Amino acid sequence: MIMINQLETPLYESIAAKFEIASLQSSSEALQALRREAFNIFKTLGFPSIRNEEWKYTNILPFLKEDYELDVIPQELTPEEFGKTAALVAHHLEELQQSLKGEQKGAYRLVTVNGKINAELSVLPAPELLRILPFAQAEQEPAFLANFGKIATLKDNALVALNTALYNDGLYIEAPKGSVLDKPLHLVNVLLAGGPVFVQPRHLVVIQPNASVEIIETTISDDAGHALFVNGVTEIAVGENAHFHHYDIQTGRKGMRFVQRVEATQQKHSNYSNYTFTLPGTDLVRNNLVLHLNAPELESHLYGLYLSADRQLVDNHTEVHHKYPHGESNQLYKGVLLDQSKAVFNGKIYVYQDAQKTNAFQQSNNILFSEKASVNAKPQLEIFADDVKCSHGTTIGQINKDALFYLQTRGIGEQRARNMMVNAFAFDVTEKVKIPALRTYLEKLIAAKMDNA
Amino acid sequence: MLSIKNLHAGVEEKEILKGLNLEVKPGEVHAIMGPNGAGKSSLASVLSGRPNYEVTQGSVTLDGKDLLDMSPEDRAREGVFLAFQYPIEIPGVSNINFLKTALNEIRTYKGLEPLSAKEFLALSKEKQKLVEFDAKLVNRSLNEGFSGGEKKRNEIFQLAMLEPKLSILDETDSGLDIDALRIVSRGVNKLRSDKNAFIIITHYQRLLDYIVPDFVHVLSDGKIVKTGDKNLALELEEKGYDWIREEAIH
Repeated sequence: MIMINQLETPLYESIAAKFEIASLQSSSEALQALRREAFNIFKTLGFPSIRNEEWKYTNILPFLKEDYELDVIPQELTPEEFGKTAALVAHHLEELQQSLKGEQKGAYRLVTVNGKINAELSVLPAPELLRILPFAQAEQEPAFLANFGKIATLKDNALVALNTALYNDGLYIEAPKGSVLDKPLHLVNVLLAGGPVFVQPRHLVVIQPNASVEIIETTISDDAGHALFVNGVTEIAVGENAHFHHYDIQTGRKGMRFVQRVEATQQKHSNYSNYTFTLPGTDLVRNNLVLHLNAPELESHLYGLYLSADRQLVDNHTEVHHKYPHGESNQLYKGVLLDQSKAVFNGKIYVYQDAQKTNAFQQSNNILFSEKASVNAKPQLEIFADDVKCSHGTTIGQINKDALFYLQTRGIGEQRARNMMVNAFAFDVTEKVKIPALRTYLEKLIAAKMDNA
Repeated sequence: MLSIKNLHAGVEEKEILKGLNLEVKPGEVHAIMGPNGAGKSSLASVLSGRPNYEVTQGSVTLDGKDLLDMSPEDRAREGVFLAFQYPIEIPGVSNINFLKTALNEIRTYKGLEPLSAKEFLALSKEKQKLVEFDAKLVNRSLNEGFSGGEKKRNEIFQLAMLEPKLSILDETDSGLDIDALRIVSRGVNKLRSDKNAFIIITHYQRLLDYIVPDFVHVLSDGKIVKTGDKNLALELEEKGYDWIREEAIH
């Protein structure tokens, strides 16, 4: 079995032990069965190696060698931990606030610490607008029962299986039918750990018909420097005529490794828009974003921007499944690579036989700022319908030296000119951000990183 | 103001300028004409500091300062402006923000306070009017989707905003119709003063009907081979360049 090598690692032993504990946590037999199924899949597959086509350019095995604890049991924070968390959150918000001045209408705030909701640090919307529950209280909700474990694909996905087998608790967010959230919800995931940990965050977001929600996700941790491996799964169900704008801002620090699968289903006339921004810091980022367009006449937008530095590896895998006619999907991913960083973009579009009149577009553009940086970009289109419009394009290039010179001849310093060019390159993506303050914040993050480049 | 002495320069081992001398004083307008490949645009590139050009011999000073030692941005901050033959399109960089950044970097270099948003706006309006630049273009991305004429007019608008000592117009007339040519020339004439100077590089005499030069130089094979007044341009228009080349040889 391919697990042989991995079976002997201490991590695998603790995974097996942890599963015994986790399997007792779910209340229902169905959830326990799901955990068992998932664990069996994980046992069969093992962690993906580069022999797996999906992981060809992203070798996670070196990142698994640490002596990880598999758990940070979410319990009540000690006053000391609370103080630390409050300071982290305050610092994080301050950075954000800098750019919010003048145009800030504000945002709701949901703070979780190691996956557990911290009410004290949160500013939550009224439940009529948005319901936010820990899984433990959501397991009997009809929308939970209808969606949990049914959206994220277990088959051939060892890491989703691992998450499903081991998750502790999770976050259930439901926008009730017809509700329109008046301000974005800022979801701050705080990770606190005394040593190297390997965690399995899990979210389920259900946007009921005619509801409309904007969520901004950020993740912060202390600067302790030890390894943090995050293996996240987010399931999303977007109902008929519902709108969900989902912003994922990935900053981080050395020692952090971040792998996630965001998988969504969409119904008729819905709009799911995902905006993933990855900045320098985290050692490894692997985003798997998978959309199932399960009805006709809907739209999906996938915007990605990555600015990578040092020896960072940033991998974006997308999959869009057009299953019904008159669907529209639009993907734009842009990357700026510094130092010895690497990026991977793999975008799959499937147009099923019935999905006539599909419009599916995909574009991936990259600029290399260093001879040691590299990009592997791979568009994959599989089209089984005959009346569709699909396109894809990939570019990998260097900064336009003529443009740089032009700016310099107007008295603009080289560094500043580079920043302007990078912002201009990123503009096609940043302009899609619907929240002005967030856009300003992102532009500042990019400028700050480029200044130190 | 500008003093070029025995300038030798080229690209990748190929010598293009072969001992060029030129003195430009405040208030003067110098036209540089010459056949294709004479080195006219190379001169503009060397003066503005284009990276792939290498100077092998000679000197260039601006008010006594060694220009060749400076980065392109420092040359601009010292007062050199190059109006490009082919202005670059930069999508995503707004024309107005670009100009504000440029102007304030130049001011900071000179030890002046940056302009406030309000002051900048007032200055921009004044200069737009002076050089007849369309306000709609000011807020667009830098040169993106501009017509050839609009790009050239934007160069003159930038010139008006940045108020350089020495402006080099590299074939600014190429690709302009007669109306655009008039507008560009009117703009330049309004910006002329006894404190600044212009070097106008052109193939054709017609631009010099509108911007009347004090001196006309003929550049051939990397050197200035003849200098005269505006009448030299008319003579060139009539006779072509061959007679000068022959004259230079004999």
